[in-house]
Amino acid sequence: MKVVQLSHGGGGEETNTLIHGLFYKHFSNEILIKAEDAAVLEVKNKIAFTTDSFTVSPIFFNGGDIGKLAVAGTVNDLAMMGAKPLYLSSAFMIEEGLAFSELTQIVESMAKELAKSGAKIVCGDTKVVPRGSVDKIFINTAGIGEIMKEGISVLNLHEGDLIIASRDVGRHGATVLMARENLDVTADLQSDCETLWPAVEALIDGKISISAMRDATRGGLSAVLNEWAQSSNVCLEVEEDAVQICDEVRGICEMFGFEPMDFANEGTFILAVAPEDAEAAVTILQQFDFCENASIIGRVTQKYPAKVILRSGYGSSRFLDLPKGELLPRIC
Amino acid sequence: MSELQLKDLYDGFRNPDTIRSLAKQIADEAKNLKMPLRIMEVCGGHTHTIMKYGLPQLLPDTISFIHGPGCPVCIMPKERIDHAIALAKMENTILLTLGDMIRVPGSKTSLAQERAAGYDIRPLYTPMDALKIAKENPDKRVVFFAIGFETTTPMTAAVIKATIEQNITNLFFHINHVLVPPAVDAIMADGKAQINAFIGPSHVSVISGAKIYQPLPDKYKTPVVVSGFEPVDVLQGILMIVRQQVQERADLEIEYTRSVTMEGNTIAQKLIDTYLQPRSHFRWRGIGDIPDSALEIRPEFAYLDAEKIFGDILPNEPIDDHKLCICGTILKGLAKPMECKVFGTACTPNTPLGSCMVSSEGACNAYYRYAGVLA
Repeated sequence: MKVVQLSHGGGGEETNTLIHGLFYKHFSNEILIKAEDAAVLEVKNKIAFTTDSFTVSPIFFNGGDIGKLAVAGTVNDLAMMGAKPLYLSSAFMIEEGLAFSELTQIVESMAKELAKSGAKIVCGDTKVVPRGSVDKIFINTAGIGEIMKEGISVLNLHEGDLIIASRDVGRHGATVLMARENLDVTADLQSDCETLWPAVEALIDGKISISAMRDATRGGLSAVLNEWAQSSNVCLEVEEDAVQICDEVRGICEMFGFEPMDFANEGTFILAVAPEDAEAAVTILQQFDFCENASIIGRVTQKYPAKVILRSGYGSSRFLDLPKGELLPRIC
Repeated sequence: MSELQLKDLYDGFRNPDTIRSLAKQIADEAKNLKMPLRIMEVCGGHTHTIMKYGLPQLLPDTISFIHGPGCPVCIMPKERIDHAIALAKMENTILLTLGDMIRVPGSKTSLAQERAAGYDIRPLYTPMDALKIAKENPDKRVVFFAIGFETTTPMTAAVIKATIEQNITNLFFHINHVLVPPAVDAIMADGKAQINAFIGPSHVSVISGAKIYQPLPDKYKTPVVVSGFEPVDVLQGILMIVRQQVQERADLEIEYTRSVTMEGNTIAQKLIDTYLQPRSHFRWRGIGDIPDSALEIRPEFAYLDAEKIFGDILPNEPIDDHKLCICGTILKGLAKPMECKVFGTACTPNTPLGSCMVSSEGACNAYYRYAGVLA
């Protein structure tokens, strides 16, 4: 079996082979293949800039892998600011001994994910470290996007805005938990890992008045809603029954005592929109197969500022708190 | 017949229409109550259900809940946590325990802090993993810090059994298994909490049978209803309690008939009896020393008993709680979390002063998570 060796990160001939034979082959674009010390970019409008490191274990999971995650994660952070993802950097930290076939699969998966937004990887770096220094492979990506709609912000929620979830919640966290613990509970559960830009672009094109937008990654829906409530000093009132959770996720949470709303997502986003635009936003989202269950889950009020209230279907209510403690490390 | 799915186990028991209907029936029948009901739900799982589903909001003012001592993490006194820390600090040792125990503060630090300092401390999803870890680390000492009420005791007994049968020589047990009836009796004998009905812990009764609560109606004339953990179960249990009081009865009844019988799981009981026996006394946080309220390894298996083998390094002085923490008073049913001066300020789930804030079954944790400062 061909594996990655320390020499592949040494900067010499083997490194060159790796870069040309694998990275340039799959990420090929005019800027990257110039192979300068830095990529030279031309951006006319205001830009958004973000970075994220990906350490998920296991590196392959149902519905995705660390490569898909590394692209979708950074592209989604740009999209959530109303920015069209343009350029990404990609830095690989690889543990010696990683099978070449696995690295190839990861790189192919990144290329496939890039195509969904049209973003390009324009610069990169490869390090190979001795066994035990990282767990198989870590990837860092940074990204630049062109702002297509300004003013989207966690500080921007207004009383009366409606809250929309793009789909059911908790899939990624539950999938990784199952893979990590070797649980054969259900074969049907897949991570929601997905590039969200096409849906965001459609919302912007549809002139939806978006106050705030965030992908519900670590900390899940609970974290997004609490951050919004605190940042904008508003109360978010959420109808518990409107938040969709698939049977598999609910079942795993029952078994382990987790809350589905605390579980990470990698292709699920939450929006706050002006009330008159909410129905239109839902209709636009539902055209995409990764948002076909988009629905309104709540609204912004002033009842208890900086708090999230969950209303049950039978007349009681409670606070939805930020997840605490060690939920599940290295999910992304 | 279609295959039974996991959701069938809870779907109907959270049905909004059923919950509304039960709440209405309780309100109607509670009009005939001769005195207000002070119901102790002993088990932390019930406390969690009550707070998570906001059940007090659905009930008349004449019904209130007193949260009991049924959270195994909450009742653990600091000196026992210090035992776990001392064991974890032994050379060449892996300490295993269950979830929340990791974060409970001992006299100086917690297991989580010690783990961050470099000691090998691992939470388990299932006690059976202890066997696997011991086998994978033959050159290390592995100590399982076992906690829990009657519900989790058979699992520990099963691990002890497997350790013996599989001839595993590097796995030891520090037993902190406690028993519900002696603790509840201590609270009733004290009388200050003025409890006049019980929701009986039901997963305990899956193992031990509902019969273990018979002394409560017999001795203290209080109704006991052994209920399940879903909101419909708890409300149905409350309705049964209300009816008993209106009819001036004090009986032991089972609501959770899908899992609980009077006799319980006799095979599990036998398994426990084979390896464990009541210990002469155990100090409960808040309640104090209760005779015969916990278990220990039988003398014939002393070679597996971490308390015996490593006794020299285990501190045994009782250690009191932080002076501002009222966990003890809460565990006795004499105070609500909101009455604590440091609730939600100096004591939060991230920076717990007391165990009731740490455990997801703890009363303070449930109030903090679901009711904030508004309950």
